[in-house]
Amino acid sequence: MQELSQTAFLVAATLKVLAVFAGVMGVVALLTLLERRIAAFIQDRLGPNRVGPFGILQPVADGLKNFLKEETMPATAAQPYFLLGPLLSLVPALVTFAVIPFASPLPTPWGVVDMIVADVPIGILYILALSSLAVYGVVMGGWASNNKYSFLGGLRASAQMVSYEVALGLSVVVVLIVAGNVTLTEMVWRQQQMGLWFAFPLSLAFILFVISAFAETNRLPFDMPEAESELVGGFHTEYSGMKYAMYPMAEYAHMLTSSALMATLFFGGWDIPFWRGDDAFRHEGIWIQGFDGEGSPVPAVLAWWKTILTFGSFAVKTSFFILLYMWVRWTVPRFRYDQIMQLGWKVLLPTALAYVMVVAVTVLSLDTVGVPYGFVWGAILTMVSALCTAVFLWVVDRGRILSGAAYGLRERYRIQARTLGREAVTPFGVGGSGTTA
Amino acid sequence: MPPKVKVVRRPEPERTSYLRATLKGMALTFRHLVNPNKVTIQYPEERPVLSPRWRGTHRMEVHADGRPKCVACGLCPTVCPANCIRLVGGEDDQGNRYPVVYEIDEFRCIFCGMCQEVCPVEAIHVGVDYENAEYTRDRFVYDLDRLMEQDHPTALLWDPSDPRSE
Repeated sequence: MQELSQTAFLVAATLKVLAVFAGVMGVVALLTLLERRIAAFIQDRLGPNRVGPFGILQPVADGLKNFLKEETMPATAAQPYFLLGPLLSLVPALVTFAVIPFASPLPTPWGVVDMIVADVPIGILYILALSSLAVYGVVMGGWASNNKYSFLGGLRASAQMVSYEVALGLSVVVVLIVAGNVTLTEMVWRQQQMGLWFAFPLSLAFILFVISAFAETNRLPFDMPEAESELVGGFHTEYSGMKYAMYPMAEYAHMLTSSALMATLFFGGWDIPFWRGDDAFRHEGIWIQGFDGEGSPVPAVLAWWKTILTFGSFAVKTSFFILLYMWVRWTVPRFRYDQIMQLGWKVLLPTALAYVMVVAVTVLSLDTVGVPYGFVWGAILTMVSALCTAVFLWVVDRGRILSGAAYGLRERYRIQARTLGREAVTPFGVGGSGTTA
Repeated sequence: MPPKVKVVRRPEPERTSYLRATLKGMALTFRHLVNPNKVTIQYPEERPVLSPRWRGTHRMEVHADGRPKCVACGLCPTVCPANCIRLVGGEDDQGNRYPVVYEIDEFRCIFCGMCQEVCPVEAIHVGVDYENAEYTRDRFVYDLDRLMEQDHPTALLWDPSDPRSE
């Protein structure tokens, strides 16, 4: 299997860019429909099913409507930033997909084409860098609208996204420790070699990552920037027409990317479970499936049908997480703002920090003892992580942290006051029977 | 405390399992997600089954020879709480009273059905019908001809299965 020539590389890269861009845009359009359908099903309705079979053309109708609508421009808005907001929010959401591998390499007569738009060596760092740019779109839109609701939405967005970026980054650090590299292709490969997806040996990191990703994409229960019930429409109150439509598009593109990222980082990417035949990694210029007992590489057997199968596997995993996003959205109500900040800074950040240390120590001791990287290595890490996860869930579970600020203490004073039949004197002031708590 | 008040003790936050509660919620929404019994009625193809007591668009009963049954007694405009019936009575050569003008403004009507209840000759009725959308507002004032043209079933103002009604 020869290397791609310069021309073949250019052609392949162009085709991949076009295919992935079209694919992502198409999926984003369908996600808007899927969300409405799932919302409807959960509420025992049917949802939009009139435009085309099963309503599949509804996104087209929506897009047409948005193009034909009037583009309002608030008189007091800061025009350039107001226009820049939606763009700045959509573009990072779309470009992050470039470094996610979505199938096993495809052998062609001109050489092997790896199924990733750009296998850049900085991999996950590129994603973290660009996805954190998305907050500027929201903040800029909220600020430039010159509207108090938009302003509050943008303000909350910046605080929330900056806070959860920390926990998100730290949970990725754990993956990096185990994978030993930042490229996503190598992370997939390391999971294939371990025979265990990182969701098991790094279970707590997975939980933290899912929670932070929900916050980063501004999805319920963390949709503070939008918060229809209290902020009208949040940061996009003043937007209309296609400018408005770009915000939901960005949100769904973010959802798609972070679902793909969850699948790649923690569920083996395009790996098909219990089957070594699909494993492939570029090792010193050749595609290998793994190493035999003596440590010499076994060449990978690539085939077009394996590419299709692995793409299917990737699609199934990604759609599972997208469904999880929507399922959670229609189950869990929104957090209060202070609860979000508490969860981010007082729970997720220390947990992630401690977990990074635990994993680092475990990995270091495993390597010192000389356990070879593989299933046993992963199993030991799985047990350590399971313990950490159990402790984390036990602490978080009982409403010690997630209930409101000092809720428990105030409630105790209230009960005490009622039993004694007099006014409660609390550290929060003299508060009648305490019902204002 | 009155004897019939049930006091529900709210569990203390420290004793509530938040994860279990969330998972229960997720299970509930999932059951609804896969539940095939949806409440949506696919309107133009499917129609809701209306109660025989449904009070909708009015209709005027007619005699076999095509005259309206109305005798222009004036009870329905009197009883109408929304004041939506306009009636001008007349008398023919034999001394029979008949409505010269009989108009119902369906916009003002509150569909209480009192016109049907009060009518001594069972002429005006509210009907088991709801599809009365129009393109202009003036089309909502039904004149006598239009009321006589209506062919939907008339409403029962009582429940035939309930002996205490009527």
